Parts: sequence; C-alpha cells; structure tokens
Amino acid sequence: MEKNLFKYIWRHSRHDQLIILFLVIVAQVFYFASLSIPKTIVNDGIEGKVFKTISEVSFLRVSVPVPSFLSSSGSLTLFDGISLTQWPYLVAMSCLFLVMVTVNGMFKKTINTQKGRLGERMLRRLRYELYDRILLFPSAHFRKVKAAELSGMIKDEVEPLGGFIGDAYVQPAFLGGQALTALLFIMLQSIWLGLIVIAVLAVQAFVIPRLRRRILVLGRERQLTARQLAGRIAETVDGVHDVHSHGTSNYERADIAQRLGTIYQIRFDLFQRKFTAKFLNNLLAQITPFMIYLIGGYLVLFGDMQVGSVVGVLLAYKDLPGPVKELIDWDQQRQDVQQKYEQVAEQFQPEGMLPPALQALPDGPVSPLSGDIVLTGVTVADDGGAKPIDGVSLVTPIGRRLALVGPQGGGKEVLTQVMARLIRPSVGTVRIGDVDLSSLPETVTGARIAYVGQDVYLFPVSVRDNILYGLKRRPVIPAVYDDAARRERERFVAESRRAGNPDLNPADDWIDYEAAGATGPGDIDRRIVEVLRAVELEEDIYHFGLRGTIDAMARPRVAESILMARDELHARLADPALASLVEPFDRARYNRNMSIAENLLFGTPVDRTFDPDNIAANPHMREALGRVGLETDLLQMGVAIAETMVELFADLPVGHPFFEQFSFIAAEDLPEFRTILSRLAGKSVADLDDAARARLAALPFRYIEARHRLGLIDAAMEGRLLAARRAFAENLPAAAAKAIEFYDRNLYNAAATLQDNILFGRIVYGQAQGPQRVGALISEVLEGLELRGAVVEVGLDYNVGVAGKRLPAAQRQKVGLARGLVKRPDLLVLNDATAMLDGAAQQRVLDKILDACKGRGVVWALNRASLADRFDQVIVLQGGKVTASGAPGDMAGDKNFADLLAAG
Amino acid sequence: MSINEEVELLKTVPIFSKIEPAKLKLIAFTSDRMTFDVGQELCHQGDIGDAMYVILGGSADVLIDSPNGPIKVAELRRNGFFGEMAILCDMPRTATVKAHEKLTALKIPKEMFFRLVAEFPQMAVEIMRELAHRVEDMNGKLAAAQAA
Repeated sequence: MEKNLFKYIWRHSRHDQLIILFLVIVAQVFYFASLSIPKTIVNDGIEGKVFKTISEVSFLRVSVPVPSFLSSSGSLTLFDGISLTQWPYLVAMSCLFLVMVTVNGMFKKTINTQKGRLGERMLRRLRYELYDRILLFPSAHFRKVKAAELSGMIKDEVEPLGGFIGDAYVQPAFLGGQALTALLFIMLQSIWLGLIVIAVLAVQAFVIPRLRRRILVLGRERQLTARQLAGRIAETVDGVHDVHSHGTSNYERADIAQRLGTIYQIRFDLFQRKFTAKFLNNLLAQITPFMIYLIGGYLVLFGDMQVGSVVGVLLAYKDLPGPVKELIDWDQQRQDVQQKYEQVAEQFQPEGMLPPALQALPDGPVSPLSGDIVLTGVTVADDGGAKPIDGVSLVTPIGRRLALVGPQGGGKEVLTQVMARLIRPSVGTVRIGDVDLSSLPETVTGARIAYVGQDVYLFPVSVRDNILYGLKRRPVIPAVYDDAARRERERFVAESRRAGNPDLNPADDWIDYEAAGATGPGDIDRRIVEVLRAVELEEDIYHFGLRGTIDAMARPRVAESILMARDELHARLADPALASLVEPFDRARYNRNMSIAENLLFGTPVDRTFDPDNIAANPHMREALGRVGLETDLLQMGVAIAETMVELFADLPVGHPFFEQFSFIAAEDLPEFRTILSRLAGKSVADLDDAARARLAALPFRYIEARHRLGLIDAAMEGRLLAARRAFAENLPAAAAKAIEFYDRNLYNAAATLQDNILFGRIVYGQAQGPQRVGALISEVLEGLELRGAVVEVGLDYNVGVAGKRLPAAQRQKVGLARGLVKRPDLLVLNDATAMLDGAAQQRVLDKILDACKGRGVVWALNRASLADRFDQVIVLQGGKVTASGAPGDMAGDKNFADLLAAG
Repeated sequence: MSINEEVELLKTVPIFSKIEPAKLKLIAFTSDRMTFDVGQELCHQGDIGDAMYVILGGSADVLIDSPNGPIKVAELRRNGFFGEMAILCDMPRTATVKAHEKLTALKIPKEMFFRLVAEFPQMAVEIMRELAHRVEDMNGKLAAAQAA
C-alpha cells in the first residue's frame, strides 16, 4: 500500500485534479470581473463620470489589470464592446453584474461538486482497498487485531480524507498563487519591506510546524486511544455473559472510565496546543504590519521611500494574510490527514499477506480434486515456538475416510486445519494429486474441500442462506433487469470502476446449484432437506416453520397448502376423542380459551395498534364497547380481577415468579391497585377518577376464562361480548382495519404463524399433554398431505441472529455441518465438528454424514476413538507426530490406540 | 369449574384441609387442573418430575416396570396424591401413573409445593403420614414376597 497519501491521491486522481485546477483558474477571470463591475456601475453607470466627457461608452469592454511592467496603462483590453448611452449602460452593466455573479456561483458549484465527487470516489477506493486487504490478511494476523478496530478505521478514521482529497492539490496551488502575487507586488514596491515580509513568513513557516509537531503526536495518540476504546467496547459486548456471570461490570466500568480519562487528557492537551499555535500564528501575522510601520516609517523619515509606497505595501499586505492563513490551515489539515492515513495504512499491511491471485474470480466450475493427499515433513510452529504438528508425512487416497485420533492438543485438530489449508505449514508441503495445496486458488479449495470446526460462524441471515453460503463463489445466473433498472445498474457499475471497485453484483444469483447437486433454484431446497436430515436438523427447522409466518401474496402455494391442512385437521377434530383438545375459532361463538381482547378483536393484530397493551385504550374499541353498553361491565370485571389479585398475591414478595407467570398485575403495581380498591370501598366505580378507571378497565382484556377460572364470563356475558365483537368489526375505519387480520375459516392469516393457521383455534387449557397431542396431530396431518416440506421451506427462512445466537450451540454446529455437506466436497474435513451434540446424537450424525459422503473423502478429527471403526484408516497423533496408522481392524495391537479406546 | 368451586373441592382434600381458603385460592389459581383420558399417563417412570399431582376425581393405576412388563403396584383415587418424591429428592419418577378412568388432577408446580410445605407444617405432616403408610405397605409386601 502507498505510504504517502499525496502519491496515493496523485496516482488515482491526477486527471480529475488537473480538471479542477483548470476550472479554478478559469473561474478567477469571472471572479475578478464580478468584483470590478460594481465599481464601474457606481462610477460610470450612476454617477456618470465617463458620460461627462462622451455620450456613449462601450459596453462589455473587458480589461484585466496587470502589473505595470506588462502594460503601461496598467490594464489589458480583451474585448472592445458595444457603445451605449448612460441609462441603457446602467441597465446593461447591472444585468452583466447579475450574469457574472451567477456565472461565478455556477463555477463555485461545479468546482465544489467536482471536488466532492473526487473526494468521495477516492474515499470509496481507499475503503474498498482496505477491506480488500482484510480478506487477504494471513489468518495468524486475526489473532492480533480486533474486529471493531478494523471496522472503525475503515468507517471513521479515513472519513476526513474524503473532504481533504478534493483540496489536496488545488488549494495550495491556488492559495500559493494568490500569496505569491501579493508578495511580488510588495517586492516591487520595496525590496526591504518585501524582505521583512518574507522573513516574518519564514519565521512562521519555521516556528509553526515545530509547535505542531507535538500536536501531531497528540493527534496520533488521540486516534490510537479512540480506536482502542472502540475495541474495548466491542470486547465488553462480546464478553457480556462473562461480565455478568463473574459480576465484573464495575471492573469494566473502571477500565472504560480510565480510558475516557486518558482520551480527555489527550484531547484537552491537543486543544490547548492548537489554540496556542493559533495565537502565535496571529501574533506573527500582526508583527508584519508593525514592522512595515516601523521600518517603512523609518525609511520615509530618514531614507528615500515615498509615503505612498508604504501605504501600497500595507494594502497589498492586507491581501496576504487571507491566503497565507488558509494555506496554514490547509497544511494543518494535510498533516492531520496524512498522519491518519499513515496510521491506518500501517495497520493494513501485516507480514505474509496472501497473493491476490489466490482469490481471483473463477470463470466457471472448477474440476474435482483427485489422486493422493501427500504430506511431506509437515511442521507447524506457532508464535511461541511450540510445534503442534511436527514432521508429519503421510500418503492417502483422497477418497478415503480418515479418522484422526489422539489426545486433545496432540495435533489432530491442527492437522485438519492444515489439510483444509487454513493453516500453512511452516516446513514441508501438502499436495493433492500433483498440485501443491498452497498454490490452489481459494475458489478451488472452497469448492472442493469443506472444513467444519468446533466453532461455526453463522451470518445474521436465514438458515437457508447460511447453508447455501458455501456455494457462493462466483455469480452463476445474472440478475434480470428491465430497461430502466439496467441503465441504472450500468451507471452504477461505471462509477464502481472509476473508484477501483469490482463490478460484481450481489443481486446476481451466486449459488452454484450444480455443485450442490441441484438443477436450479427450484430444487435446491430438496438438497437442503437431505443434508438437514443427515445432521438431524430437519425436525428443528420444521418447528421453526410452524412458528414462522409467511407473506401469503408472495407464496400462494404454501398458503394454499396450509389451508388444506387446516381443513384436514378440523375434519379429524370432529372425532369426539380429539374434539376436546381444540376450541376452533367461530365468529358466532365466544372462545373460552382466548382472552377477552382476542375475543373482541377476533383476529391477529398486525402491528402495535391492537396489541394487548394498547387495545383497552383504543378509541374504536372503546366506542364499540360503549355502543353495546359493556364498558361498566368490563370495569366491574376489572374490579373483581383486582380484588382477587390483591387477595392472592398480597403477601408474595416482589419479584416472585408467580407474578410474571400468573398475575394480571405486576408486583410493583399491586399497591396502586390496593389503593384504588380501598378508595372504591362502598362506592360506585363511577366515583373513581379517569386514570383509576382506565387502570381497572384494562385488566379484563387479558382475562382467559378457561385458564384463569374466576367465573367472570357466563353465557349472558358471552352473548354481550359477541355483540361487542360485531359492533367493533362493523364500524372499523379502513386504516384501523389494516391493523388486524380477521379470522376467516377460508382465508390464510398472514399475521399468524403457520401452526396457528393450521390450528385455526386455541388449544384447550387443562387437557393433559394438550399441546403435545395437538402438535403430533398437526404433524400427522401435514405428513398425510405431504406438506411437511412446505413447512420446512418456511422454517429455512428463520433468521439465525447475529453470529447465529438465536440458535443453540448444537443447532449452530449442525447448520455448519449442513453448509459443508451441501457442497458435496471431494474432501470433507471435520475438526471435532459434533462436539456440541450429546453422545448418542454424535454417533448417529457421524454415521449419517459418512453415509452422505459415500465415495468421497472424509478426514475427521475424532474426540472419541471408539467411533474410529467406521473409517477406512485411523491415524493416531501424539505430541504432533504420527504414532500409529492403519485400518481400524489392524490397530488392536497398538497400545496408544488401545489406551484411547479405553478412555472412550 | 370456577376457582371458587375448586377451592370448595380442595377443602375436602385431606392434605389441604388445614390450609386457609385464601391460600387454597392461590393454589387453585397457580396450579393447572388437568383432565386425563382413560389410558393417558400422568407421569412416566424415569422422567424428570417438576410437579406433584392431587387427584380430584377418577382413579389411576401406579405401575412399575419389571422384566416381565409393567406391574400394577397400587391404585390412586380421589384425594390421593403422588409425585412428591420426585420433587422432594430431585430424582426421576419412580413409577408410571396411568389414568384408569377419566380423571381430573391438580398439578402443583415444584415451586408452589415447597412454598406450601414451608408455610403449612400441617401439610408436611399429612405428606409424611402418607409416605409412612407407603413404607409400611411396602414392608408388608416385601415380607410376603420373601415368605413366598
């Protein structure tokens, strides 16, 4: 990476820089004109000085003032103009003024836009290059860097570069030019004064950078400490469970407070020095006029200098500080940015970067690996000099099933990583057939070798996308665009190229269906289900599916299937033995297994408008309840519930789990209800204030007759609640209607889960094993209709969360295994990849995976030597060396292996 | 059945007889009243237990696995209770209980059970009495088996 920011900028943007410079120079002409016109308007247009001697004056006569040595008149005429009398002249000049101002503004706008675009392009290029380098970092480097620091550098630290890059060359050229002109003018007036000005500038140029040196050091420290702070915050987030479980939060607080204190010190120091530098700078700037007065005055009094010259020099000097000051500012910014750039660039060039050719995009499918895997004297030495693998040599056909056994840390784990090329041998070679493994592009190893370790990283996307992730090595099917979108895409690509970014399109279909053994998007799910079965994850995904929701518009086929399952389930529920398990939704009947809120709504809330927290206060609901005269009854129910709750939970300690599990009232709200009830004693609810009434009225909405059994809803009340249900639905405004998906026997409910859609009712409370029996029944129904696949398909959409944290460890590992299996690799390398599974499951999954990989190579580092009998060959590794090797049947005589077997 | 009716019913169950009505209401409210069909299992031998059951109506067989299949060792009727051993000693269920006829039972969660025993020694005494009866019964059966 280029060390010098200016060289970097020049290499990638000289063309644009020159264009901007040219624009800036041209703009000066118009700028100057817009400044000189007002003078002409006042003098000639209004006061009519010129018209005192002649009646017509030429308009649009353009002259530029130049130093006297270029022209004796002090100006250069570029265009002679049109003759006009005073009034038209005034009009014309005023209009010209307006035109000039506009042109000037447009130049400014264009220049700024050009600069901005240039800066953004360069920023994009730089960010991309930095990210690109992360992908090429040697794997050992990731032990030393923190993710948050890398992302902070790419995101924040290089950001100011974007603003600077546009000015990097233009600003000094332009300002320097201005300053030099003014200086030249002063020199022409008086060599002495000129020399004084130059001397003061030289002092400035000498002293200020020296003052800045410390500022630069502080700036670097500020950057480093801020970056480390970001790293520490990320550490807290990553290790939050350990912080909680060890109760060390205050230690963390202490550390962060310490860091913030250091950062404060650095920043404050920085400000102080910055303002000191500024002060000195201003002082030096003011010293010049002081010297001009003093020495100029002396020269006038005792020498041969004219007063006019001193005034001229002073005037010229007045124009000098502006550009000089800005130059100094520019220089400060330059140092700041240069230092940031160097700081970042330094972090992005570790030793041993991968050659980019290893990651080149392949043209098409890669050919399979074949031949023998040959390890010759492979040694892996880590930073500390230890050798987890020490001189391992072996030859084995790639299609074999190889079990690596041995004690933990004996080398089997590292050997799998060497064979998957995650670790490069320090000494020795690994060859497959006649190619050196280290020379194979990643797209080849990625396609033909699959590695699954104990830790599986899952991306925060769906289960399906995580499993298919391993198939995305090149765009396979280009995205389809209509004309307008394609033009947009072409523009996008052109801009990408200008910023040195690749023109790869993430919207293309990158999934290598062929490698997965599928023909296309249509049957890839079939393959996914196959591998899910092999790793025993299909059942879990099925349950995700049942709990998932779908967009019925986008997947009409699934929605239709679910409606079929609903019909079938309800046909079965007609059986008297099962009828008591589910209370179906029926618009004409009150459902005792639903809350009052759900009964009134008779649908699924789509958003927060009608969710249990908000429904009681909803104006439409209140209006409907008022219309059927239920408000008072609900209030009475609220009183009854509050009384019961206060009675039951009165002497339970706050925080008792019963509150959360059973109570309508949170523990902290209980005293408030007790107060309300005591105020109510002997009085009517009408006497309560509005707030108290609202609190009480909200209680019954969560009441479920079959569950809470307070006997609040009798047949008559059921009838009135049904009337309220009708009243609510009838008068619902269109906007509110969008917030509910009403239950309809013949329609799919997109807001509800698949399971709720199939069930179309509620599981009855108090039926022994009701949920399990209903679950089994649903499963049976789906099986019978061959709809299980459709549910699994929905389950595959389940988002696994950040780093897969929405899945338990065992499921994460299974997704990792599925990701490796779906590629159908020539060589599947597993490093204790079933560690999170229980013993029996480990054995089953191992058998299924070996079965799925029939005819292809498997290398498996086993924790339990007893499983080795399923493999073609066993290799025992101890202390980084192969101590025994052979078919499982021939290993009986080996003492090490026997010990491992005995250990389980 | 509403909660108040349930409280009336619980009052007639011996182990709850000394407990004040307000507490009985809490028991009724926080415990599930479960209905079991004929042949359905209330609990299965070897499973982890997290609740105690009090039978409110119907009857159940207590079965223990043996090499020759399950053996019926006892019968539970109204007011009978079981499951306290698994939650007292944190051990798997020692027997399978299967509904002999349609049965309703109150399922008292572990948490509630400990609270009750701590607050109402009388209930603990009732449970001890029942356990003592069971040991006595067991001793008798053991003697008979050895004699045979």
